[in-house]
Amino acid sequence: MSAIGDFFKGFGVTFRQMFKEPVTQEYPYTKREKPQRFHGRHVLNRYPDGMEKCIGCELCAGVCPARCIYVRGADNPVDDPVSPGERFGFVYEINMLRCIFCAMCVEACPTEAITMTHLFEFSVDNREDAIYGRNELLVDKDGTPPHPQPEGPLINLAELKIADGWMRATAPSGRAAYEGVPSWTPSAGVGLRPPEQGQSRVVPESEKQETEQGEGDGVHP
Amino acid sequence: MDFLDVLIIIVKVVVAFVFLLINTLLLIWAERKVVAWMQNRVGPTRAGPAGVLQGLADGIKLFFKEHITPRNVEFNVYILAPVLSLLPALLIFTVIPMGPSFAIGERTVSFQVTDLNVGLLFIIAMSSTAVYAVVLAGWSSGSKYPLLGGVRATAQAISYEAAMGLALVPAIVYAGTLSLSELVAHQSGRFAGLLPNWHIIVLAPSFILFFIAAVAETNRAPFDLVEAESELVGGFHTEYSGIRFALFFLAEYINIFSMSALAVTVFLGGFNGPALFEVGTFPASLVGVVWFLVKTYAVVFLFFWIRATLPRLRYDQLMELGWKRLIPATLAWLGVFSIVLGFVRFGAPWA
Repeated sequence: MSAIGDFFKGFGVTFRQMFKEPVTQEYPYTKREKPQRFHGRHVLNRYPDGMEKCIGCELCAGVCPARCIYVRGADNPVDDPVSPGERFGFVYEINMLRCIFCAMCVEACPTEAITMTHLFEFSVDNREDAIYGRNELLVDKDGTPPHPQPEGPLINLAELKIADGWMRATAPSGRAAYEGVPSWTPSAGVGLRPPEQGQSRVVPESEKQETEQGEGDGVHP
Repeated sequence: MDFLDVLIIIVKVVVAFVFLLINTLLLIWAERKVVAWMQNRVGPTRAGPAGVLQGLADGIKLFFKEHITPRNVEFNVYILAPVLSLLPALLIFTVIPMGPSFAIGERTVSFQVTDLNVGLLFIIAMSSTAVYAVVLAGWSSGSKYPLLGGVRATAQAISYEAAMGLALVPAIVYAGTLSLSELVAHQSGRFAGLLPNWHIIVLAPSFILFFIAAVAETNRAPFDLVEAESELVGGFHTEYSGIRFALFFLAEYINIFSMSALAVTVFLGGFNGPALFEVGTFPASLVGVVWFLVKTYAVVFLFFWIRATLPRLRYDQLMELGWKRLIPATLAWLGVFSIVLGFVRFGAPWA
């Protein structure tokens, strides 16, 4: 195409774009659909019988790369145990200003006590409020997670019920044999979460080749 | 000339002034919306329905902002420059006929503030004056970026003013008049019995050349070297704030509208169009105004479209386009057109 032709081709491009749907999302009136494995704020889960899952082992605090988790365990009262184990999370604090939402705490947790949700709208107006303690993290006996801010145009509390993908994605051992097999304990309010679909799906031959090519192109020389 | 004549003139001036101000607010909104759509965005949505009042909100904000006066400014010139840029912009519009004249009782009232017999010349003179404002603003700011913007404005104005004037000359030769109302009258009726008798049919190259020069003259993208945000901060208006800046802004958009109106008047038949009502009555005049506005906004849309599409020229490219392409092209076209018109009107000299 000649230079003049290209010149007018450009005008055609801008004119065509006028009639396309804008890509802008008018947040918070419309919200983009979140990925299944989205990392939002944390919650501390309970078993369906109301017992806390956290056993105060501090593995989450140990693995946290941002060092934002502070846990102190205490012995369970013999006559009225809080958790099924010997100890429970007596103090559990997450500094949300430091948290990088990597979900390594979720990976480290041996009892699936801490999980991440899809809610990320929890801005605060002072630093103290950003430190979430047991009051903000621990779900009620019926499985309702608490949240410092009320439901509103920004905050959809239903998102707190959605666990991030890790909870359903892989078997604890990482072995392929466990794919699609739920190896998680049930939680209060939601029961046993179904295993994530898609990883063990049979990929058609045509798609497979495309994927391989795509990966090849993705590697820059 | 009695009291009623004076009253009519005052009403015309006030209507034109208010129209230009409101029109500017709409133009700013329209430009932001159009450019946003072209870039797959939504544009202003907050103020008023679909963000129509965004311009008003910005204007009110600028009105209440502090006037910051840098230490090194040449104060009197610095204050004068924004006014000097707005005045020609407003004055250009006074000679443009917006609609056919109509009768009130025994008087004939035209939709034009004044019908100057050298209207076209007046417009070219005024648009040159507007460049002084930019130069003076750049110089008086006492800071280097505005100065660069001002220097660029000088060079750009000299280059493109000539091309713009020369691009208009074929229309003057063709219609034989400098009066804008007579130019519009010359474009009424039909061309070859079918098309509207607009000058653009005969003078298409003139229209294209004029439009390019007009874009440069109003300092719009891709010729906005005078402002050139990425190079010169804000160019000539870097040191202006508050309502002083708003005056420059206002002048720019009024200039866009005036230049589009001029293009419509000289090349696109002005307010000519299906009258729908009895000619000479007020409704017929209003229909003429509607035709005029529809055409003008179509040309204004071209300005927006160009801005959304083309990147800014480099300065030497700008100069090259002006001197090596545009001015020779206008001169050549003027020569060719004059000779052809001479043959058509007076026959071959040897015959």
